[in-house]
Amino acid sequence: MSRSATSSPSLGLSLRRRFLASEALRGFSLLSPTLLAMVFGLAMPLLVLFSLSFWLQDYVDFIKTFSWKNYADFFAKPIYGVILFKSIKISGMVTLATVLLAYPMAYFIAFRIQKNKLVWLILITVPFWTSYLLRVFAWKVMLGYNGVVNSGLKSIGFISEPLEFLLYNPMAVTLTLAHAWAAFAILPIYVSLEKIDRSLLEAARDLGENAFMTFVRVTLPLSLPGVIAASLLVFIPTVGDYVTPTLVGGPSGIMIGNIIQSMFGKAFNWPLGAAISVMSMLTVTLMVCVFLWGTHRFRRRVA
Amino acid sequence: MNANRPWWRPDGFAVYAIIYLTFIYLPVLFLPLFSFNKSKYIAFPLKGFTLQWYQKMINTPDLLEALMNSVKVGITVAILSTMFGLLAAKAVTRYRIPGRGAVMGFIMVPLVIPGIILAISLLILITQLDIPLSLWTVGFAHMLLCTPFAMLVLISRMEGFDRSLEEAALDLGENAWMTFWRVTFPIVLPGIIASLLLTFTISFDEFVLAFFLTSTDPTLPIYIWSSLRFPLKLPPVLALGATIFVLSFIVVSFAEWIRRRGVKLESSSGI
Amino acid sequence: MSDPIISFQGVNKRFGQVTAVDNASFDIQRGEFFSLLGPSGCGKTTLLRMVAGFEVPSEGEIMIDGQPMSATPPNHRPVNMVFQNYAIFPHLDVRNNIAFGMRKAGLTRAELDKRIDEVLELIKLPGYGGRGADELSGGQRQRVALARALIKQPKVLLLDEPLGALDKKLREQMQIELRQLQQQIGITFLFVTHDQEEALTLSDRIAVMSEGAVMEIASPGQLYESPGSPFVADFIGSMNFFEGEVLSSTDNAMTVETGALGTVSVTNSDAQMVSGQKAWVAIRPEKMQPVFSDPGDLANTAGGTMGPSAYLGDRSHFYVHLPQREDPVLVALQNLERSMTQLHKPNQPVWLQWASDAVVVLPRD
Repeated sequence: MSRSATSSPSLGLSLRRRFLASEALRGFSLLSPTLLAMVFGLAMPLLVLFSLSFWLQDYVDFIKTFSWKNYADFFAKPIYGVILFKSIKISGMVTLATVLLAYPMAYFIAFRIQKNKLVWLILITVPFWTSYLLRVFAWKVMLGYNGVVNSGLKSIGFISEPLEFLLYNPMAVTLTLAHAWAAFAILPIYVSLEKIDRSLLEAARDLGENAFMTFVRVTLPLSLPGVIAASLLVFIPTVGDYVTPTLVGGPSGIMIGNIIQSMFGKAFNWPLGAAISVMSMLTVTLMVCVFLWGTHRFRRRVA
Repeated sequence: MNANRPWWRPDGFAVYAIIYLTFIYLPVLFLPLFSFNKSKYIAFPLKGFTLQWYQKMINTPDLLEALMNSVKVGITVAILSTMFGLLAAKAVTRYRIPGRGAVMGFIMVPLVIPGIILAISLLILITQLDIPLSLWTVGFAHMLLCTPFAMLVLISRMEGFDRSLEEAALDLGENAWMTFWRVTFPIVLPGIIASLLLTFTISFDEFVLAFFLTSTDPTLPIYIWSSLRFPLKLPPVLALGATIFVLSFIVVSFAEWIRRRGVKLESSSGI
Repeated sequence: MSDPIISFQGVNKRFGQVTAVDNASFDIQRGEFFSLLGPSGCGKTTLLRMVAGFEVPSEGEIMIDGQPMSATPPNHRPVNMVFQNYAIFPHLDVRNNIAFGMRKAGLTRAELDKRIDEVLELIKLPGYGGRGADELSGGQRQRVALARALIKQPKVLLLDEPLGALDKKLREQMQIELRQLQQQIGITFLFVTHDQEEALTLSDRIAVMSEGAVMEIASPGQLYESPGSPFVADFIGSMNFFEGEVLSSTDNAMTVETGALGTVSVTNSDAQMVSGQKAWVAIRPEKMQPVFSDPGDLANTAGGTMGPSAYLGDRSHFYVHLPQREDPVLVALQNLERSMTQLHKPNQPVWLQWASDAVVVLPRD
């Protein structure tokens, strides 16, 4: 052999060689535009929100000195805590309802439908092509004073006067949200059920479990990731929803989103609004952690 | 469904499916019903059939302007977020990236953050930077929200993608860009179309971010929101809602038709 | 040495803690059919992908036609690859798949069409240009992948287990065609396989790899008849090993004392060994002849009893128990006559005979 093993390459070549060699470098250079946009549009705003929560409002300006006052206010007036707690309760119920209602439907499509699953999935999502606002408004039409339910009951002579308790309460909010977020629950659960290898179910039956116990010991634990994703996708956004409580909640159906919105609107106290937002996020994060821990325990115990 | 089950003893799941579909369809179906109702009030009993609200819809400039605003924002957002989603999906499916989970988790945050909190955070940042509120700020916020959706759709399309196809293109002398253009893009195209449709739909329907981040130009949901408070403005909105519903049904059916036709084309003659 | 087409110079490749290729240094000559053979995970595919440019060596350099390649991306290398799963572009028909790499070749449409028709002829798929990618059988996909690479006239054609997905009959047919094709066009082929029979059939030379290291490079005949190490002897084909010790050694002949086979005399041994050295005596199953009556006190004979046997159609395998050995000895016998299967009965006494140049002697440590 006449040539030496490595003729010293120029700097450019060696850099190029490093670039070609490093998967991570090439991966991150592809990711960088998206990551940059998300840092600017997500991380920075959340940081600014966090720092604003330690400032104070002075008419149209902010007093930019560090202060705990907003948090003190949050804890001093029970109304904020009460409404936050109520929001979480409503969202929790919405999540429970959507997931419980969606699971059998997802199971039906995944296991009982042989052909045209896509048609069923489209069928499920069609109602959600209507505007979110109009979908929520539809429940006002359903439950209102001259609404579908009342006029229906009246026409069959079941009631003589329209029922007024149907609308403008937490129950109406829960029902409306459960309807509005149904598709978000079905799709993740469906995907996780669809992924389950059918031979696992046959194996469980072969090893002596009946259909129900097969479901409990195999299907349910394996579909848990979908249930978790569905729960989070419904729970977290609905805690902050304010369209639904505004339209169908009435005074008793107010949620934390309404409070935050008013701080950035009529009440005009941005720092306090920021502090309430931060507290809401912390509480929701805590709830999510407890939930994830709980499902983790559940999975270990069943399987 | 089980074929050898007699019709009088239906599968419990099938019965449930019917009830469930009724639950999700019933409220929504009343809206187009009222768009043909002769009364100005959205209440029972119905007063008779009319097309006047559809006529009024066409003759309401504010409504049409809001619609155009939403379409403009939606198209821009769909293209941008699909591009960002494509880059990110490509990066995480193609390369071994350290901290992949953390990076993906970060990009997915808009999916699991209450919309109002994202909205006020962006509002604070944008006012602190003295950027005037406009449809552009709405579009930016929508892009943040839509990018994770685009990324999820594209990842699912790319995960089945055979990496050796790209290697084959490189091996045959194409550079990275031409490899993308001649191999990756045509194969991922159905995912890209799905992503464009989905992100457009999300942006088109998004209310909270738009509500906080626009100044005087309303998007369609903002127009709808204001008309919910003024019942007399509502019937034309219902007419528009029904129209959009039918249009999107046609678009989705058309897309599905194209997709099936595309599969056949591939197998017979290539390009 | 003459001017090699590919030269590996101290090539190492590590993935994290794992060493995939360990200090590979060897040359591939122009026009050779060269195979990398080894069990899965031995680094043969990584080595091939480094030639193609999909992996970059952690250390060392790969020269192609005298040019260092480390800083050259795959699309600028004068080599082309046939992928394991063929990587036929699903959105293009056969003609466009083959034309894919010719975009910058500067040919007119007519010239390109003519070239494509030529390679379609070469791979015996004339008239298939309009077929879609999903209308091809496994063997046809393999041919299209070959054509797509060959039309580029690469200096080296890289083949990554290209026959692995085909069934046995088709694979054997493709082996012959591949060999003919290579001799016809004269391009260097670098072929990766885990199938030793395939490597023996096709190659001019074979590099046997194990755990990232190149164990031996030799022609198929040399590897089979005179393996350089116990690993290679064991990996290629079947081999019976006997522990022994060299009694005497001259230029061309040796005697080795083994327990089970007695004193073995060896001629034409390549191994340079001295008397007293520990050795492996290795004999291939087909190189031992069973006889069923006592041959008397001949050299290179050992007596035992018949164990279990297996009928394989063209030949039979049977195991012979020797008195001083725990593992039975594997013996292969061509079934030259239809009645030969009746010959061997369990527990019957049997004597094994072998020629003195049937034996391979390897150092043992």
